[in-house]
Amino acid sequence: MLRGGSAGAFDGQAGGDDPSFPATLGRRTVRQATMERGDDIHVKTPALSGASVVAASVGTSNPGASAAEDRALIERLLAGDEAAFSGLVDQYHGRLLRLARSFVKDQATAEEVVQDTWVGVLNGLRSFEGRSALKTWIFRILTNQAKTRGVREARSVPFSGLGNGDGPDEPAVDPARFRSDGMWADPPRRWEDDTPEAVLLREEARKRLEQAIEDLPPRQRTVLVLRDIEGVSAEEVCNILEIAETNQRVMLHRARSALHRALERYLEEE
Amino acid sequence: MLTCQELTELVTDYLEGRLSLWDRMRFRLHIGMCKHCRAFLRDRKLTIQTVGKMPPDPIPPDVRDELLDKFRNWKND
Repeated sequence: MLRGGSAGAFDGQAGGDDPSFPATLGRRTVRQATMERGDDIHVKTPALSGASVVAASVGTSNPGASAAEDRALIERLLAGDEAAFSGLVDQYHGRLLRLARSFVKDQATAEEVVQDTWVGVLNGLRSFEGRSALKTWIFRILTNQAKTRGVREARSVPFSGLGNGDGPDEPAVDPARFRSDGMWADPPRRWEDDTPEAVLLREEARKRLEQAIEDLPPRQRTVLVLRDIEGVSAEEVCNILEIAETNQRVMLHRARSALHRALERYLEEE
Repeated sequence: MLTCQELTELVTDYLEGRLSLWDRMRFRLHIGMCKHCRAFLRDRKLTIQTVGKMPPDPIPPDVRDELLDKFRNWKND
């Protein structure tokens, strides 16, 4: 079961960086808007190609700002600089939503978790001390929001006490592809694409990967998003999720293996 | 000698730098001799890099506007 109840929503964090429990700062209106918008948020807009230009500067290709950059940004935010906040929102909102989707079962709830996360960020900003990177701090707020919501609504995924990650203990590669002595019988075939950019240019490859991520058991999905998409370190992931390092690694292995299989299936069909 | 099947289960520990010195040597020795496992390792790395470059969805304009409103309220608090 979940550790800590709603009262301890932000426990386990580094001292003074704790944001106070998110309050009511206009939350209702945003939530209503989220509901009214309904399923539209699933629709991929034509702007997506534009978004990939933005995204090229985030994720693992850019593991995060330096402490000095974080500090400069925080100062601008504290001074009430709207452009700074707008930039922060543009940079993080979609990524937060992607992370939230690994915790909760539907898009509308994920939207709410992200809204609450922004409230938590604003409430905590004045006491942010920079002990962790801004990125990690924001992800931690989201994680705590998602856990709190899970306690309240029993709609999210229990996080601890389930052994080595959820889902069946699936081998990385189908055992039928090996001979009885453990050597390849059906070895990997040459992929036509040899850069990530080339793979992602194929609409279908991207869809398959997105689907494969969605199909991951929830905790594997969270670990994969944090590690391989957001470039958070193993140590920080264990810290944020309150899991052991070996456990984290097992989940990462299973998640990566599942995506590898999905991509291989697609590229070999070509 | 490490088998190919064993290698596919050790690949994450290898990439995470969590293999013992001995296992790391066995892994590298195998990779040096087995072109199929070299291909497997190459594909695994490409998968990880590709996932790392998947763009998030852009923020819908109305959500953005509402967040900016929140920021203005916060700033005037």
